[in-house]
Amino acid sequence: MSETQDISATRDGPAGSARLKSTIMALGMLPVLILLAIGFELLTGKFLSVNNLSIVTQQASINIVLAAGMTFVILTGGIDLSVGSVLAAAAMAAVSISLIPGWGMAGIPAGLAMGLAFGIANGALVAFVGLPPFIVTLGALTAVRGVARLMGGDTTVFNPDLPFEFIGNGSLFGVPWLAIFALAVVLVSWFILRRTVLGTWIYAVGGNQEAARLAGIKVGLVLLFVYGISGLFAGLGGVMSAARLYAANGLQLGQAYELDAIAAVILGGTSFVGGVGSIWGTLIGALIIAVLSNGLILTGVSDIWQFIIKGLVIIIAVALDRYRLQGGART
Amino acid sequence: MSETTGTPLLEMRNISKTFGAVKALRDVSLSAWPGEVHALMGENGAGKSTLMKVLSGAYVADRGGEILVDGRPMPTGDPKEARARGIAVIYQELSLAPNLSVAENIFLGREPASRGMVNRRGMSARAQPVLERLGVDFAPGTRVASLSLGERQLVEIARALASDARIIVMDEPTTSLTSRETERLFGVIEALTAQGIAIVYISHRMDEIYRLSDRCSVLRDGGYVGTLTRDELSARKLVSMMVGRDLSSFYKKDHVAVDSPRNVVLKVEGMSDGRLVSDCSFEVHEGEVLGISGLVGSGRTELARLIYGADPASAGKVWLNGTEVTPKSPREALSHGIVYLTEDRKALGLFLDMSIQQNISICVLQADAGRGGVLNFRAAAERAGRAIRDLGIKTPSARLNVGALSGGNQQKVLLARLLEAKPKVVILDEPTRGVDVGAKSEIYRLIDALAREGLAVVMISSELPEIVGVADRVLVMRDGHIAGEVRAAPGKPVEQEEIMTLSTGSAA
Repeated sequence: MSETQDISATRDGPAGSARLKSTIMALGMLPVLILLAIGFELLTGKFLSVNNLSIVTQQASINIVLAAGMTFVILTGGIDLSVGSVLAAAAMAAVSISLIPGWGMAGIPAGLAMGLAFGIANGALVAFVGLPPFIVTLGALTAVRGVARLMGGDTTVFNPDLPFEFIGNGSLFGVPWLAIFALAVVLVSWFILRRTVLGTWIYAVGGNQEAARLAGIKVGLVLLFVYGISGLFAGLGGVMSAARLYAANGLQLGQAYELDAIAAVILGGTSFVGGVGSIWGTLIGALIIAVLSNGLILTGVSDIWQFIIKGLVIIIAVALDRYRLQGGART
Repeated sequence: MSETTGTPLLEMRNISKTFGAVKALRDVSLSAWPGEVHALMGENGAGKSTLMKVLSGAYVADRGGEILVDGRPMPTGDPKEARARGIAVIYQELSLAPNLSVAENIFLGREPASRGMVNRRGMSARAQPVLERLGVDFAPGTRVASLSLGERQLVEIARALASDARIIVMDEPTTSLTSRETERLFGVIEALTAQGIAIVYISHRMDEIYRLSDRCSVLRDGGYVGTLTRDELSARKLVSMMVGRDLSSFYKKDHVAVDSPRNVVLKVEGMSDGRLVSDCSFEVHEGEVLGISGLVGSGRTELARLIYGADPASAGKVWLNGTEVTPKSPREALSHGIVYLTEDRKALGLFLDMSIQQNISICVLQADAGRGGVLNFRAAAERAGRAIRDLGIKTPSARLNVGALSGGNQQKVLLARLLEAKPKVVILDEPTRGVDVGAKSEIYRLIDALAREGLAVVMISSELPEIVGVADRVLVMRDGHIAGEVRAAPGKPVEQEEIMTLSTGSAA
């Protein structure tokens, strides 16, 4: 069943034509990624160097992790605007705990738990109180930002001897740990979405929530899970970010990260109304954003134009989403 | 009533339409007199929509066909010309702007304006007489969003009238209307025909055809089959015209209901929801098909949803094989073996972006799954393969998105989903709605087979011939309670008239 949905699908014929179409859409962004990479290489001559690619994957990794969580949420037709703030709060927790003598490594679970807790809170409000996801997570965006500032007394917390700094700066056989974490998150997400009952339920809830309830699916649990995992991944993003910087700042860290995460998901072909999409698409979307940022810097485009270009890319992506919905099997 | 002298208002002669190699219409002719309701029937895919699209100018007819309005030929494929000649089509999906007023919607795109400024007062003043013609009681300034679906449909009709339409095509207009709204629409149709407007009325529902039509034409496979006048109408004749063969055993009833107190499978006691449904009690036996009839809006669907745990009940109990189960959620109902087929498969049943296989296996994923909830693709594929074979779902593959199937095949996918849950009680809400005649008879055979296997089947239906043909016993609902029961006796089938009398309360 899922083979045809995955990016690895090779099956064709009338059977998988609809699936094939969505696969092509997800793939559709892969050529864009490759063309961008080639284009920046031709323009700068140093984009495709091992050193630069390593930088790109490091820059992409935190957004990949956030976007993976966002994929779960958007697949149910929801949105999580709070991930940037949750990331900041989790980073604050991770660094603060790591400063306790003898408890250094406990910073990791502390950051993850912080993220998970905020995610569960979002999920509970959406699933059991029935508030709109946009409103709940918009509130959380602001409130959690406040919590993050509160935790450090509105200062930067700093740990020069951070015991888990290898996550941010080390590498394994030449592959940065950040990239390994990001890839692991993508694989775990893929497994949940395509290989488990829960994953099928996520697609079902996003495709038709009332039909899902009538089919005996625990809709509340599914919603709680997707916001929970989004929070957990944001927490992981916080840990990664703290590990990279040896520090965390409640005010600045993770500002507007939610926008890059949403952009990656939409670029990856996941439908904004839910029910359609894939984690591989999200991965490609996040890489496109990272390549754009890095390439634009290398070509010397001013900061201002980087904003404008990235914004336009997001709009074009949503236009593609519309086009795909119209052309899809929806009746 | 129609007058059959003079020139017909509309005459379509020898209309054919070819798409590539496919002949969607072959030499179809259709006429309408002023003041006539001309019903158009046919299975899904028979060519009704194509014919109406030729009429409205959306399609160009093939060479050789012509359309005459008032005896004057009209070029095809020109929507503007069709509108100017007074042809208006009201589609199932309404096309109103909900945040604008009734008057603004009526004149949408043709706003009376002076120097680019919309003249709101003038618009209302011009909308008023049109609304009066329809006999509606909402003001031109009312926001459309605050109107019911039925009222919105009237606004669509008003829009057609305001553009001087004289031939109005209605495509299954009652699908989403309550019984009161349906009555009101019929009243409007009668008023319109009295004013000399011709109505082409597309519907699958026999009762509406009987009620409204002066003549009824039938299409089959893109060809014209024939036209019956009001006096010649009969369900059997229409069905055989639509299907192309005489269906002496269209409704299948081979099962023998064992109607004794010892094998009550489902018992419902005092079911109420505090709003519409009040104090409904009944029993269904092993191997029995219980029909629930009643007008739309009488609480049939609401009752079914209460039994299934889809809505909270204010009072009432459900017993299954002598044990109280009273489900509080669909999930609980499923776990007890009570399944429910929704009346609205697209909005409440199917996952249109998911595959046939996923749609069929969605309720049993957990039971099939391995440790940690890992999907069992082999089990799902086996279930889907078996269902496609047993139910005759026409598809090249189980991996196809269910949204790509026809209505009848979609309905079979939903039925397959229910059957995979190994049910003891099957509640079917309008199981043949929007399904073509061929699939209908297959669904009847399936219902019969379920009863023979000893399941308790509850079938809600608005179509009297269907419920009489399939059910052993019929409960009639009226205003949220059970108004009575009609049962078949040996040699005497359930009487449609009896059901109608109970549903309307006319002789209670």
